[in-house]
Amino acid sequence: MDTPAKTPKDVSAGDARLRASVGPHISSGESVEHIMWTVSAALLPAAALSVYYFGVHSLLVMAVSIGSAVAFEALAQRMAGQKVAVSDGSGFLTGLLLAMNLPAGVPLYLPVVGSAVAIIITKQLFGGLGFNIFNPALIGRAFLLASWPRYMTTWPVPHDSLSLASVDATTAATPLAILKEEGYARLLEHFASRYDMYTQMILGHRGGALGEVSAIALLFGAAYLLYKGYITWHIPVSFIFTVGALTWIFGGDPVLAVFSGGLILGAFFMATDYVTAPMLKKGQVAFGVGCGALTVLIRLKGGYPEGVCYAILLMNCFTPLLDRAFRPSKFGAAGAKVKV
Amino acid sequence: MSLATFKGGVHPPDSKKATESLPIVDARVPERVVLPMAQHIGAPAKPVVAVGDMVKKGQMVGEAQGAVSAHVHASISGKVVAVGNFLSPSGISVPSVVIESDGLDEWVDGLSGRDDYMTMNPVELRRIVRAAGIVGLGGATFPTGVKIEPDKTKKIKYALLNGAECEPYLTADARLMEEHPDEVIEGLKIIMAILRVTEGYVGIEANKLRALEKMAEESGRVYCELVTETYYDRSGFETEVPKGCKMSISVVPLEVKYPQGSEKHLIKSVLGLEVPPGHLPMDVGVVVHNVGTAAAIYHAVKSGRPLIDRIVTVTGPGIKEPRNMRVRIGTLFSDIIEQCGGLTENTAKVLMGGPMMGVAQTDLMVPVVKGTSGIVALTGAEAGVFDMGPCIRCGRCVEACPMGLNPGLLGQLIEKGRFEEAKDYGLLDCFECGSCSFACPSGRSMVQLAKWAKRELARKKQKA
Repeated sequence: MDTPAKTPKDVSAGDARLRASVGPHISSGESVEHIMWTVSAALLPAAALSVYYFGVHSLLVMAVSIGSAVAFEALAQRMAGQKVAVSDGSGFLTGLLLAMNLPAGVPLYLPVVGSAVAIIITKQLFGGLGFNIFNPALIGRAFLLASWPRYMTTWPVPHDSLSLASVDATTAATPLAILKEEGYARLLEHFASRYDMYTQMILGHRGGALGEVSAIALLFGAAYLLYKGYITWHIPVSFIFTVGALTWIFGGDPVLAVFSGGLILGAFFMATDYVTAPMLKKGQVAFGVGCGALTVLIRLKGGYPEGVCYAILLMNCFTPLLDRAFRPSKFGAAGAKVKV
Repeated sequence: MSLATFKGGVHPPDSKKATESLPIVDARVPERVVLPMAQHIGAPAKPVVAVGDMVKKGQMVGEAQGAVSAHVHASISGKVVAVGNFLSPSGISVPSVVIESDGLDEWVDGLSGRDDYMTMNPVELRRIVRAAGIVGLGGATFPTGVKIEPDKTKKIKYALLNGAECEPYLTADARLMEEHPDEVIEGLKIIMAILRVTEGYVGIEANKLRALEKMAEESGRVYCELVTETYYDRSGFETEVPKGCKMSISVVPLEVKYPQGSEKHLIKSVLGLEVPPGHLPMDVGVVVHNVGTAAAIYHAVKSGRPLIDRIVTVTGPGIKEPRNMRVRIGTLFSDIIEQCGGLTENTAKVLMGGPMMGVAQTDLMVPVVKGTSGIVALTGAEAGVFDMGPCIRCGRCVEACPMGLNPGLLGQLIEKGRFEEAKDYGLLDCFECGSCSFACPSGRSMVQLAKWAKRELARKKQKA
């Protein structure tokens, strides 16, 4: 090759206006922020209903939980020398989900401690967004349940109408607790009829955590997420179906099993957490079935009346294995199949 | 009826409005052209002219080297003013021949075409295609002469033309099919005659209605063409005329989805065949060419003219007057952009090719090459250089990947330097279509990571 013969016109320092990067040069426009805020918004109906049922104290629990979660997130990120990214909404969502898992009458330092455990220990110490193994809000709840079992199992009775009064002094056991302690027949006595029991369960007029009480409000938000494609049916349906089916097989009331406790909240909003659930659809179904089986096992044979929280946390451990076990089928792996 | 398609992929806005109804216009004959010797996959051509030589249009200036290579021809008549390294749109400097126009734009002597191409010996047809320096014009730029001479042990059953044009913004193929369906179909017939196949297909995305219509009309005219007195087999030996040998061409509308125009996915969509990983289309009896390549083959055979120009879509919000242009190979981007009214103030990126797989340019003094299907200028808003956040494992990339890989996982493995593991998870099946990055809410450039890891693996292999 001759020596490069460049004439001045051929030599250019490049065009300073132009940016260069590897393609693709356009994107779908979807963002982590948008996803997190949308999921938070989908919890709004259930959150609003909890204020209706339990009064302003539930609003306080939510505010403290969210506020402390966001504050801990900012603090942890600053201490780790990372960019403070609380605007991505993931800390907000964790705080909201934690509040949804608490009884309305808890002292306000509980959500603060819960948020610290959720954000600092469960999330940030494992590497922050995307790297945590366990669902942060659920670890926060589990920690609080172990530390303050009394507060965490004292359930105020929902009001019949919106009340500015603080939490009702009277408390009620959750349907699942009554079921565990006293049996199905005694539980039914609390209601006018079986139909009445189901209605109360679905509408949310019963003892329970903030976000657990109204199945219908949760389903409303979940339907929106399904419609937007932010979650898919795989985990919630396999989870809920397994709980219903196994409960029925072991002689329980499947409708009660599905609508009581934290199953709807857990199946649609906690087990579907992208970070801690399998990425592949087949793995997600296996994950849901595992969550359902463990929930029923804990409810029927365990010491606690409710098992959704621990079931999901236990299945979180299996997520990496499920991701390895259920890989997507590679293009061409099936070999040549003649159609024409 | 659902349209022919494949699994995975994404739906970027097609952004073709600006140019889809604009007829192809001839760009000005440039005053100078820069002709890179490496415009194709394979060994670069070797310059066969020296500074000071006078050349005519269509004269060979670079000779193919080795089995996989292609000739390069002068695209204007004039004087060779430089032979040396010049920046090419691939981003690196490559040996090039620079010609300054003499203003005459004269063809080289002795070019002659053939009308009897349907009865010619395939060996002779192949020689013509090779001599014309034709490469895959869809952008992959694989030398066509090599592609139409598949391994003798492979039985080729189908010839498939790629008119999917799934990249947003680009309309060059659509315009070609709409305005010159005859050239494309005749080109396909020549390909079929060379490969001795009787079944031809053209896959076109359903958003190109006019092109579909014109091509279907044209393909309807194809009938028993192979019947002739002397019949040669693929290797050029005289053989018996096969009985009932009838040529047919079907035009297949495809779902509008990226990357419908990927060779393997086009085969899947149109024929239902899957090319196994690490294999070539010919392994399932298919040979695929771009529609532009077919037209170039037709011109080479019919008029004897080598490949010296191509259709380029010049568009995007950064281009003041978007156009579809027939451009001489070697014309500088800056020259073409100027003919399209120039760039808007807020232009942030100029791409060779579409926005999914196109190559961002840092300098507009680069030539249009054989693989330049478009010049797309993006402005601030669309020209993202995305902030790469952490993977939140949402699985959108898995759904998007047309190869059935887990791009999120691959990206994380690569970030940790675990290249071998990434290879086990199918890294080498990735053809960098960018569907994963397009879908990613965290702006993760899995394509960049994949490119890097592949290079590192190749380097390691070389050392070993």
